[in-house]
Amino acid sequence: MEKKQFKKENPLKRVVAPYLEILPAMAAIMIFVIYPMIRAITMSFYDTSLVNRSKSKFVGLKNFIGMFRSTAFKKAMVNTSIYTLVMVVATLILALLFAVWMGKKETKLNQTAQAVVFLPHVISMVSVAMIFTQMMEPRYGIFNTILSALGLPSSQWMQSSETALKSVLFISLWKNIGYYTLIFIAALQSIPVSILEAAALDKAGELKTFFKITLPMISPQIFFTLIILTIGNFKVFDTIRLTTAGGPNNATTSIVYYIYEQAFVKADLGRACAGAVVLLGVSLVLTLLYFKALSKKVHYQ
Amino acid sequence: MKGSYQTRIKIQGIISSLIKVFIVFVFVFPFLWMLSISLQSETEINSFPATLIPAVPQFSNYLTAWRAAPFLKYLRNSVVVTGAIIVFQVIIMVPAAYAFAKHDFKGKKLLFGMVLIGFMTPLQVTFIPLYYMFADWGLLKTLWPQILPFLADTFGIFLLRQYFMQIPDELIEAARLDNAGEMKIIFKLMMPMAKAALSTAVLFSFVSNWNSYFWPMVISSVDDIRPLTVGIAALKDTEGMTMWNVIFAGNMFLIGPILIVYLFCSKYIIKAFAYNGVK
Repeated sequence: MEKKQFKKENPLKRVVAPYLEILPAMAAIMIFVIYPMIRAITMSFYDTSLVNRSKSKFVGLKNFIGMFRSTAFKKAMVNTSIYTLVMVVATLILALLFAVWMGKKETKLNQTAQAVVFLPHVISMVSVAMIFTQMMEPRYGIFNTILSALGLPSSQWMQSSETALKSVLFISLWKNIGYYTLIFIAALQSIPVSILEAAALDKAGELKTFFKITLPMISPQIFFTLIILTIGNFKVFDTIRLTTAGGPNNATTSIVYYIYEQAFVKADLGRACAGAVVLLGVSLVLTLLYFKALSKKVHYQ
Repeated sequence: MKGSYQTRIKIQGIISSLIKVFIVFVFVFPFLWMLSISLQSETEINSFPATLIPAVPQFSNYLTAWRAAPFLKYLRNSVVVTGAIIVFQVIIMVPAAYAFAKHDFKGKKLLFGMVLIGFMTPLQVTFIPLYYMFADWGLLKTLWPQILPFLADTFGIFLLRQYFMQIPDELIEAARLDNAGEMKIIFKLMMPMAKAALSTAVLFSFVSNWNSYFWPMVISSVDDIRPLTVGIAALKDTEGMTMWNVIFAGNMFLIGPILIVYLFCSKYIIKAFAYNGVK
């Protein structure tokens, strides 16, 4: 028998290889994420001058205190919380409903419905926001045309502080629902058919089967979705900037919108970074929760 | 008895289908509406009640929009930026994911923790220091600031690592016995096997980068480096709020290509998006 000829392997090469393989990724993360993140944290303790950044002054917690006292930040915090809460709850419920309803049988209509509901996910918010801004236009928009055709009172949509946040929520929901519907359809399909058949044999009603079997079976996916939705929606900016620009009267401002405005309109980099630190804290807690849950799930499988 | 049960099921089915058709309508209508407005005349868009079908389609709106902004330049920027990001991401993430999945080395936990930090830190936290970093490097008039922050696709690294961990070690050992070097193992053996995970990562990255608005808006202060999203959004400001027909015609340049691709490949795209790696 022929003996395999081994290439002389350099032991040093074997030790170094993994480091070389991760080097580009780690370098990119260090330079473009970790370093700027640390900079943002330190900048939040300084009064940074835009004209001459070397003349920055250490001010301790002044930026944070000023921020927490400002009504604009409080409004941004409240709005972001309301927005996130409504988005998470509404998306979860609607996506689950859609998934159960459209994912059960592979009919032509179901497949079309899935494809169409998912479509907005691959379209830029720039386009989506534009279309809805026009449709919600109070004077000529199709939304008020439909309302008046149905004999209902018309709405000011984005242009009144009472309905502006609701309008923004509607647009975000319309754009995001499809992706989560897909996730839940995949989750539902992973439930063993035998379990559902057993329930059917026991003559369990559809609702009972859903709440007693389906829902507990996909609870891990529901939990992940919950966290991903919370992280994603807490960063809301594009929708707002492209529709209401935070208005009217701060009615739709958000944390990120506040940060952006402090940095590029008010030129107060210190306070903008203080806002960024708050956002970082929230993301950190949520992501850790996410990975804790993920490791648990893998463990039990 | 049996007959009435069957009719009830049938009626339920019809109602359910009707509601589904309505939902399809809710999600398709805005796009049809955009198409309709993009072909309407100025008097039509400013009349109440709104017009559904334009009397005479105004194809000239598209020409007006095309002349209002350098769309070819925007398109080129979008293609270059998104293309460069994806190429770099694949080259960088495959070896990294492989090393984290299949090698043991000192500091692995700590280094992987840094990938985790990269994953969880939103750009909305780092964008101010990043902006000034690129300003200091003198790159503000180039496309680099739109590419560099996205070199490492942390989500892709997680996804691929998860996949690589399921590949038996024996396969890699066998390749080593055949005198295959590390690079050959990574790109010729591992990468082709992870096609499903990799295409999901690439698709996610494509959709998010092609459509992204926040960072390009912050960083592209000159018109020359604007991608399509920022260019189209700016069109609204320059054309004023009233010229919706022209704005929507411009908007068509942004979403038309995606709509066409989606029409033919939606099944494949949906499948890739539903893939989550953990099975």
